[in-house]
This record gives sequence, C-alpha cells and structure tokens, in this order.
Amino acid sequence: MAEIKLTKVVKRYGALGVVHGIDLSIAHNEFVVLVGPSGCGKSTTLRMIAGLEDISDGEIRIGNRVVNGLPPRDRNVSMVFQNYALYPHMNVRENLGFGLGIAKVPAPEIERRVNQAAEILGLQPYMDRLPANLSGGQRQRVAMGRAIVRDPDVFLFDEPLSNLDAKLRGQMRVEIKKLHQRVKTTVVYVTHDQVEAMTLADRIVIMRDGHIEQVGTPAEVFERPVNVFVAGFIGSPPMNLIDAVVTTEGLRPAARLADGVVVPLPAGVSVSEGQRITLGLRPDDITPQGHGMPGTGETLRLEREVALAEPLGTETILFTRLGDKEIQAKMLNPRVVTPGETLPFVVDLARLHVFDAADGRSLKA
Amino acid sequence: MTLFRSPRAVPYLLLTPALVVIAAVILVPLAVSLWSSFTAYNLTRPATLYSFVGLRNYARLLNNADFWWAFGRTLVFITVTLNLELVLGLGLALLVNQVTMGRKVLRTIMMFPMMFSPILVGFQFKYIFNDAVGLVNNALFDLGLITQPIPWLVDGTLAPLSIMAAEIWMSTSVFAILLLAGLLALPKEPIEAAKVDGCGPIQVFRHITLPFLMPFIFIAMTIRSLDVARAYDMVRIMTNGGPAGRTELLWTLMARVGYQNSQMGMANAMGYVSILTSILFTVYFYRKLVVARRYMGGVE
Ligand SMILES: Nc1ncnc2c1ncn2[C@@H]1O[C@H](COP(=O)(O)OP(=O)(O)OP(=O)(O)O)[C@@H](O)[C@H]1O
Ligand SMILES: [Mg+2]
Repeated sequence: MAEIKLTKVVKRYGALGVVHGIDLSIAHNEFVVLVGPSGCGKSTTLRMIAGLEDISDGEIRIGNRVVNGLPPRDRNVSMVFQNYALYPHMNVRENLGFGLGIAKVPAPEIERRVNQAAEILGLQPYMDRLPANLSGGQRQRVAMGRAIVRDPDVFLFDEPLSNLDAKLRGQMRVEIKKLHQRVKTTVVYVTHDQVEAMTLADRIVIMRDGHIEQVGTPAEVFERPVNVFVAGFIGSPPMNLIDAVVTTEGLRPAARLADGVVVPLPAGVSVSEGQRITLGLRPDDITPQGHGMPGTGETLRLEREVALAEPLGTETILFTRLGDKEIQAKMLNPRVVTPGETLPFVVDLARLHVFDAADGRSLKA
Repeated sequence: MTLFRSPRAVPYLLLTPALVVIAAVILVPLAVSLWSSFTAYNLTRPATLYSFVGLRNYARLLNNADFWWAFGRTLVFITVTLNLELVLGLGLALLVNQVTMGRKVLRTIMMFPMMFSPILVGFQFKYIFNDAVGLVNNALFDLGLITQPIPWLVDGTLAPLSIMAAEIWMSTSVFAILLLAGLLALPKEPIEAAKVDGCGPIQVFRHITLPFLMPFIFIAMTIRSLDVARAYDMVRIMTNGGPAGRTELLWTLMARVGYQNSQMGMANAMGYVSILTSILFTVYFYRKLVVARRYMGGVE
C-alpha cells in the first residue's frame, strides 16, 4: 500500500518561500497530476516526495511511514526526470538494470525484469546502445523503463513528455495511460500541459505560487472551477473571462456587460445588485446556431461579427467580441466562415461560470 | 619574384618567421641530438660529432645496469607519485566541491604550490628534511617521537620517499584543480537519478561521479606523467641522485653522463629512450581518455 499524504508541507530556499504549506492526500494506485504555470512549485513538491529536496516544514508520509528524514533510496520511489537523466556511460540494458543491481537483485532476475520492461516499451532493438545514440523518444522510454523495472511503491514523473514533439507526446501519453492500467501503482505526475493533465489524471491538483488552488477529478475541475485562475487554466481553448456588473432589474439576477448586453445568470448564484463579477464562458458553450451541442437548458441568442476564423478540421475557433473582450467561440461541423460575417450565436446559460471580480472566487453554489 | 607576390604565397610568407624560429629552436636541436645519439660525440672533443657509430650507444644502453635502474626507478617514481597525487587531489577536489562559500579563494590557495619554481621547492624540502636543522626532525624531537635524528635525505629508502613527498606537495593541486573542474561540470540529473535508484553516497560516487571524472583524471595523468618523467631539478637539489645512486632518475643520470662525463652521444641516446617511453605513456592515457570521453557525449 502506498498512499501519500502531505501535511502542511513548506519549502523555503533561505528566506524565499516556494511551497507554502500544502495539504494533499493521494490514494493507493491513484494517478494524480500536478499542474500549474511555470515556477509554481510543482517540481519542488515532487522532489520533496522523492527525497531530493529536504522539507522545510510539515510532513510527508508514504504508506504509513513519515519520510521527511529518509534519503531517496529508502523511499522506494521511481522518478522520471524532465531531461531523462540517463546514465551517459551505460548502455540501455545497464541503465535499465542499474537500480536492480544496486538493490542486489540476482542477475537472472535482473535480466528477466529488464527484458520485460524492454518489451513493454519496445526497447529491444536498442539494448546495447549508449544514451547519446538514441532519439529523444527512445531516451524517454529508457527513462520510463528504468522507473518501471524497479517495481516501486510510487512513480514520480516530472514533465516527462515536454521535450518530445507533439505527435510523440500524444503517443507517449497513451502509453503512460496504458502502462498505469497494466502496472497499477501510485503515480504523481507533473506537467504544465493541461491536456496531459485532463487525459491522464484520476485527480488533478492545480497549483499557483506554491499554493494548491483546487483538487478534483478532471470533470470536477473542468465543470466546477473554484476560481478564475483554475477556470482560465483548465480547458483549451481557454475559458473566456468577461467583466460584468450584476443587475437585478429583471426577474432574476443578470450580468450587464460593457457593451450593454445583459446575460441572465444561472440559478443558484449568490450575487447582489451592482456587484462586480467576472463571467466565465467556455468556447464550447458559445456556438453559432446549428453548430454546437444541442443545449438542454436555457439559451441566449446573440448576433456577433466574426473577426477571425481558425479552422482546426473537425471544429473551427471563431474570434468575436463580447463585453469589452475578444472572445473565442467554437463551431462544430464547421463551414467556411469569412471574417466580417455576422453569425447568430447561442450561449448555453446553464453552463455559465460566475466569479467575484475582487477575489476571483466562484459564486456558483 | 612573381612567385612571392602571388596571393597564394602570402600565408606562407607570413608564417616564415615563425617557421624559422621553430626550426631553429626545436627541429634543428632535435635533429642534431638524434644524430648525435648515433655518434660517439664527446663534449670535450667536438670532432667526435662526426664519428658515426650506428646503434652502438643504444646497444650499450641495453646492457647498462645503471641506466635500467634509473629507468625502473623513474617508472616507480611516476607510478607512486601519480597515484598518490590522484587520490589526494581527488580528495581535495571533493572537499572543496562541498564548500559553498569562498570556493574561489580556496581554489587560488590550492594553486600556491604550483606557483613555486621546482628548484625552490627542492631547496625548501631539502631544508625541511635536513637531519640536523630540518623542520620534520625538530618536530618529531619536540613531540618526543624520536631520540635519534632521522637521515631523511641520506637513507637509501627514505630519500626517494622524501623526494616523492616534495613532488606530491608541489603537484597534487594539478589533479585537484582539474578534477574540481570536472566536479563542477558534473551534471546533477544522473546523480539524482542514481539516488532515487537506490544509491547511497559511496555508490553514487563509484557508479556516476567517478566514471564522469575519468576523462579529467586521464588528462591530469597525461600532463603529470610527462612532467614527472622529466623530473630533474628537485632531485638535483635535494639529493643529486644520491645516496649511492638510490634516487638517480633518468634525467639526472642523463645530465651526469652528458655534462659530467661529457658523453653527449650516450646521453642523447638515453634521452630518446626516455622520450619514447613518455610517448608510450601519453598514447596509453590518451587512448583511455578517448574511450572515457566517448560515452560522455550523452551528457546533456
Ligand atoms: N535551488 C533554488 N533556490 C532558490 N529558488 C529555487 C530553487 N529551486 C527552485 N526555486 C524556485 O522555486 C520556484 C518553484 O520552482 P519549481 O521548479 O518547483 O517550479 P515548477 O512549478 O516545476 O516550474 P516549471 O513548470 O517551470 O518546471 C521557482 O520560482 C524557482 O525559481
Ligand atoms: Mg519543473
């Protein structure tokens, strides 16, 4: 059993705080992804779990042991580094078997496990090559193989795919997912690519400036972001965030945008007259008539002029204006749209997000 | 004259002074000394420079016990000092690498011994090891460890050790500096990977740090083996080959044969044998270096 529990974990470099007392529980065999912008402390957190960075304050448990004082080798974790960190003077076979050799596993057993890992990762043709003579993708697989042969309690990944090209990254993402289904273990995976986060995670941890902003399943953080930051970070293209002021003149609270458009707010939003808010509208939820998911609930129709169209094949991203912002809308089953064309857009009101403009908190119940 | 004016001649013309100097100070002496090693050249009788004797000098060398003793002693001297310097230099480099503040100052201090002329180091150690007034004996006396002065430079076993001590004192920092450079260039990631893979500090050193330092070690070995192979000044000052030839190395023997006995032809033959040996050492270390460097191509 290897659940991980972080309690008020703090990391300071001298006077500079980098991680500010985070709490996080990771269940046995759970795949948890840490995401956040560059410099938010993801790697630092991961390295504290690995034991490569000491913990300034708080406590980390792996299984039922407090590991604060333990060196990495006593934690039974494997780590895949962003730049692979292969041993340059060892060939692929030696790289894979190194950890087992250190653990004094008998040679035939090492051989068996190395071959097994090589087979899973398709590394057999390269077993006698040095890392210098491998491509980026191959090195990445060796790094992964080195982690899995040891059969650790916990896998730690630090942006393992960030050095690969888009296609390979997609492939490797699928491989990692499959691997986790096959080799059930606890995984902590760091990335700043939110697509990786959404596709791989059982749960996503969104970090900013050394704090955890939200923890939840991909669906939760996508559909119920707790604040503007999470809302803007998760989802691609990103959520449109539009400033507005609450008006209660109508039957129910609505948002008045800078350009005079009034958008009724969904039920269960607690606001007061004149309150400044930020409306969150995903591109998926503002679509040209006949080119979106059939909405189930209430909708709002808006005529908008398209400034730019980005065809992506199965969908087109349309740029238009709403309030005082340029916003993005998504067109499914696209047809050719010429800039300057005015289209009837449909906004799915039930899926609107409402945030307090002052502190960014979600106002949705 | 048009030949000299053609544009293609310009680089050669510009290089001519340098080539002339190189020829005058290197090529000609080299050729003359090589030639003289095939003659019975005696400094006191210049005409002998032209009495060609073929391989006679070399043939005599092969049967000359003094030469082979000096040769063997030089090899032992090289082996012992280089290995001790390696161990000490590595230790020093590892220690300095641990230091976080004032590393530059330490690095500079570490280089002090290299800044002294070997002759001065020789005098200094001759004084330190002097049996009557030397520091070592005085210290040992005061500590009550000895009652009789130890004849450091006169005893047949202690004299070579004293010279080695001086040599090591002077040149350990060559290793330390080069290895420190290696340690500073050491990539962090493989070390961290090894820690996660289960290595303790000693295993990290043995499996990651040391292989990475190998090229640096071989560079230092190459430089130092050439240096030590021509050790002369310090030995000349400290013992002058004595007692009873127990510290006679190749170059002190050569100087004795060439200048004291005036047998320049013979001395030059010895010189060529020792140069060939040095070249073999260099080639050996260089090969090792190339092998060790090959896999470092993967460091990123
Ligand atoms: N050794 C150090 N000394 C001082 N500050 C450091 C040190 N290492 C990291 N930091 C700081 O800690 C913060 C968090 O760094 P960390 O590497 O965890 O970021 P990250 O979230 O992994 O970012 P990225 O996505 O760019 O990898 C950064 O602001 C960084 O400058
Ligand atoms: Mg990072």
